[in-house]
Amino acid sequence: MSWALDAFTYIAVGAGAFFFLAGTIGLLRFPDTLTRLHALTKADNLGLGLVVLGLLPQVDGVLNGLKLIVIWLLVMFSGADAGQLIARAARRAVRRKPPA
Amino acid sequence: MIVDAFYAAPALLILGLGIYTTVVRDTFPAIVGYIAYGLLLTVAWVQLHGVDVALTESAIGGGLTGMLLLRASARLRAHEAKARAETPGITLRLLAGLVAAGVAGALAIAVLTRPEPIPTLAPEVAANIASTGVGNPITAVLMAYRAMDTLLEATVLLLALIGVWSLAPDRVWGGRPGPRYNADPDGILAFIARVLPPIGIIVGMYIFWVGADNPGGKFQGATIVAAMWLLTMMAGLADAPPVSRRWLRILLVAGPVVFIAIGVAGALTAGAFLAYPEGWAKPMILVIEFALMPSLALTLGLILAGAPERAAE
Repeated sequence: MSWALDAFTYIAVGAGAFFFLAGTIGLLRFPDTLTRLHALTKADNLGLGLVVLGLLPQVDGVLNGLKLIVIWLLVMFSGADAGQLIARAARRAVRRKPPA
Repeated sequence: MIVDAFYAAPALLILGLGIYTTVVRDTFPAIVGYIAYGLLLTVAWVQLHGVDVALTESAIGGGLTGMLLLRASARLRAHEAKARAETPGITLRLLAGLVAAGVAGALAIAVLTRPEPIPTLAPEVAANIASTGVGNPITAVLMAYRAMDTLLEATVLLLALIGVWSLAPDRVWGGRPGPRYNADPDGILAFIARVLPPIGIIVGMYIFWVGADNPGGKFQGATIVAAMWLLTMMAGLADAPPVSRRWLRILLVAGPVVFIAIGVAGALTAGAFLAYPEGWAKPMILVIEFALMPSLALTLGLILAGAPERAAE
C-alpha cells in the first residue's frame, strides 16, 4: 500500500513541478505584464496545490496535513492579491506614459 | 548522483544569482535578485539542517533587508543617474577585486583544509541541555549559554533605530515616521491588511512560542508581527505613532532593560552576569523572551517605517 502512496506522491509532485515550469516559461515568453501575471498566478497556485496534494500522504498526523493546506491557501491568497496590485500598478504606469 | 544534484543545484543557482546581482546595472533588478538570493539561501540552510537560521534568513535577510533596500532605492531614484556616472578608476576596481579574491581564497582554504573531526561544542551543548530547560539546542545557546550575544543583538537593533530617527529633518523631529499612506479603503491593499494580520500575528506568536523546543524563536516571530503592523500602516488602516511618545519609548527599551536586570540579578545570585540560578533557567528565559518580543517587533517595525517625515500632530 505504501508503494501506491509513494507513486502518488511522485506523480503529483512531478505534475506540480511541471506547472511551475510552465509558469516560468510563460513569464519569460509572454509579451506584457498582465499576461505574465496570469501565467505566474495560475501556474503557481495549481503547481503548489499539486505539490501539497502529493505531500499529503507523506505527513505524519492530520495536523501537519492541515498546516500544509493552510500554507497553500495563504500562498494562493497572497499571490492573487499581489497579482492584482501589480496589474493595477502596471495599468497606471501605462496610462501615465505620455503618448509617443 | 541524485543526492549530489539535490545539493549542487541550489549552490549553482546561488552562485549565478550572486553574480547577476553584482553585475546588473539597474538598482531594482539588483534588489529583486538579492531578495531571491536570500530565499535560495533559505533553501540551502534547510538542506544543511539549520532550520532556525533558515527562518531568520528568510524573515530578516530576504524580507526585512529587501524592503529596506527597496525603500532606499525609491528615495535615491532621482540621483541614480548621477551616482552611476561616477565610476571608480581602474586601480580602485583592481584593488577591490584583489581583496575580494583574497577573502574568498582564504575562506576556500579554510574550508578545504579543515581538521577531521571538526572541532565543535555540540556534544557539550547536548550533554548539558537539560539544565537549561529548553529542548531546542539553538535556543539553549542563544538564551542560556550565549545570552550576552542576544542582549547585544537587541541593543544593536535599538541603536540602529536611533540612527534611523536621527535622519529626521529638524522641523519634524520627533514626528511620525514615513509618509501618510492613502490607499483606497475599499481596495485590494486594505483587504489584505484586514485579512492577513490576524493570521500573521498568530503565526508570529506561534513561531516565538515553539522556539523553546523546535526551530523558531523571538527574532523570527517578531519580524512577522512587525511585518503585519507595517502592512496595516501601508494600507492606511493605522498610522505610525510619533516617535516622541513616551509609551512608545518605554515599550522599546522594556525588553533590553528587563534583560539587563535579569543579568544583574544573575550576577548577584549566581555569580556571573546573565547566569541563571539553579532550576531558575526556564522561568528566567521565559521572562526575557516575553519582555523582548514586543520590544523587538516594535523596533523592527519602526526601523522599516523609516525616519520621521511628518510633524507629530
